[in-house]
Amino acid sequence: MRVLDMLWLSPPPANLSTELRALAAAPTPPWSDLVRLANTRLDFVQTNRLDKALARASTEAAAGGAWRSLNLAVLGSSTVDHLLPALRVAALRRNLHVRTLVGDYGMYRQSIQDPDSALWAFRPDVLLLAFDATHLFGRHDPGLGAAEAEALLDSVTGRITALWEQARARMTGQIIQQTVLPVFHTLIGSNEHRLPGSVATLVSRLNRRLVEAAAQSGVDILDLDAAVLRDGLAAWHDPVLWHRGKQEISPLATPAYGDLVMRLVAAQQGRSAKCLVLDLDNTLWGGVIGDDGLEGLRLGQGSALGEAYVAFQSHVRALAQRGVILAVCSKNDLENARSPFEKHPDMVLKLDDIACFVANWNDKAANIRQIAERLNIGIDALVFVDDNPFERNIVRRELPSVCVPEMPEDPALYAQCLADAGYFEALRLTQEDLERGGQYRANLAREDLRASHTDLEGYLKSLAMELRWQPFDRLGLQRVVQLINKTNQFNLTTRRYTENDVLAIMHTPGALTLQLRLLDAFGDNGIIGIVIGKPEGPVIRLDTWLMSCRVLGRQVEEATMNLVAAEAVRLGATRLLGEYLPTKKNGMVRDHYRNLGFAEIEAREDGATVWSLDLTQFRPFDTFIRLTRSDT
Amino acid sequence: MTKDEVFSEVRDIIADVLEQPDLKLDAGTRADDVDGWDSFNHINIVVAVESRFKIKINTAEIEELRNVGELVDLVERKVNKSKSS
Repeated sequence: MRVLDMLWLSPPPANLSTELRALAAAPTPPWSDLVRLANTRLDFVQTNRLDKALARASTEAAAGGAWRSLNLAVLGSSTVDHLLPALRVAALRRNLHVRTLVGDYGMYRQSIQDPDSALWAFRPDVLLLAFDATHLFGRHDPGLGAAEAEALLDSVTGRITALWEQARARMTGQIIQQTVLPVFHTLIGSNEHRLPGSVATLVSRLNRRLVEAAAQSGVDILDLDAAVLRDGLAAWHDPVLWHRGKQEISPLATPAYGDLVMRLVAAQQGRSAKCLVLDLDNTLWGGVIGDDGLEGLRLGQGSALGEAYVAFQSHVRALAQRGVILAVCSKNDLENARSPFEKHPDMVLKLDDIACFVANWNDKAANIRQIAERLNIGIDALVFVDDNPFERNIVRRELPSVCVPEMPEDPALYAQCLADAGYFEALRLTQEDLERGGQYRANLAREDLRASHTDLEGYLKSLAMELRWQPFDRLGLQRVVQLINKTNQFNLTTRRYTENDVLAIMHTPGALTLQLRLLDAFGDNGIIGIVIGKPEGPVIRLDTWLMSCRVLGRQVEEATMNLVAAEAVRLGATRLLGEYLPTKKNGMVRDHYRNLGFAEIEAREDGATVWSLDLTQFRPFDTFIRLTRSDT
Repeated sequence: MTKDEVFSEVRDIIADVLEQPDLKLDAGTRADDVDGWDSFNHINIVVAVESRFKIKINTAEIEELRNVGELVDLVERKVNKSKSS
């Protein structure tokens, strides 16, 4: 997995060649098409072709479509012209429009020093400086003594920092200094540093000095060394091409080079991503929490796969600690989704690390939109990581400005892929960055509080909720049995029934059976409630009442009560009896019947209680939920 | 790979690099005969061919190439050699 393979980008469309041809022929190619293609994995020839189409896009189209136009000047000591298409396409990938200027070959010093040069007439917003080792050190005798080598380093560093200062006097934008590619071979080997005059030694020492000096001068570093360390020098630099056309960067590596540079530019423009939105199942842990349960997850515990998920979580947590906001977007029941965070001993990420936790069955694009709103950040500041190609594609289609990396099959490579993509490139970190995660969580907590105290009604009204109900039927039977046997928390009696048991209840004359589905402005929440009442003369005894926890606090209990009372009356009952049988998990519904207006008539030693409601006295609750019967 | 297959792929690469989808080439075509086939694009063609066929064309070989036919011959030789070895 090499940086220059850019595996985080999705593969180009199958008809790329046709599309590129059509764009190249169009008088003014649509900006959004150009951006879309720039966000796919193009090789250098395809990149150059897209750049030609980009050149045809009118300035107005760019100005209308692009977030910003910028002038980028590239000054180098060797050939840099072949880097320009990839730089422009990498800008396009970020919805930036970049005009470029290249200084005359090897004339960078004059360009910077001459106030009337083409460089300054161009008014660059960004200045990229790329010097090669041959130019800086090529002619020196490796037999230099330590003191002479030191003096040489001082002089080269001084010349470069002087250029920064001269440029700074004439421009206010960003200056980027590329580290020097270590293309020189060692002369003595591992202990090369003992030969102070070796160019390999000088380059590595110069790069360290440039990094320090740049920090002092407010110059940003393009750390090519890091990419070369990952990919191997041969991937980025081809000596044949160096000798042939003085191209220090191989054309094959130009798309990745362009991306590395434009990350820095985007970061300077405040366009780096701010928030990482994470899927859960098979992304943060192996397996599906809803099916496999806590014990069935592959996470930690000495297995290679489990360790890989731990490593990915550790990387994610480190990102959070340096200021990236974390959110969860999972298709899961909320309680299931939260349980590993609360209970699994090998989870590195804790609920506290997550600024916005969304687990439901709505489509992910809608949820991601909500996350951006709740965190009050732009949708284009989000990165969405999901192992599932279906979810990735739906989000790419619905929300093209969200960054959605392709994820490798093997979770051992997740962290590498995310890091290579460079979505969160930052130039300097503040104390605020390091504390950001906490701030967002506090803001959210406050917002929740405000919402619950001041405008709950408005919120509930805006949800346009509909409780769609019907008696049990064959079609819904499986789901009913499943809920009866898996619901633990909002379950008054925790009675488990087989399919045959439920069929028997369905066929009992006078029995009350209700399955409830909740729909709201965000979609269908599925079956969220089950009620079973057994007739005992004029009384209906509520044998089972269970609900999904994720719809609590939305008046669903009250609306269901209205329905239960009305149906019981229709069936000829005058009184309802309710039971609460305590378990380890259902403490949350201890006062369920009290809250609904029942009177306690029996309290047993084991904590079980029996409740009674006189239906002739019952007055329905006011709710914002519309009740509809779905089978008529 | 047959010579015809290599020729067809090399032609497509050259057409892509030069952005001339309908480019007509034959074995005798020289860089000078084709609009836009300058030294800059020549490097791009060589690098794209190397990358596509997973071969390396060395410095002396690049210098000696005179026409498309010689490039195709060279590629074919290298591809089939690396396959048999």
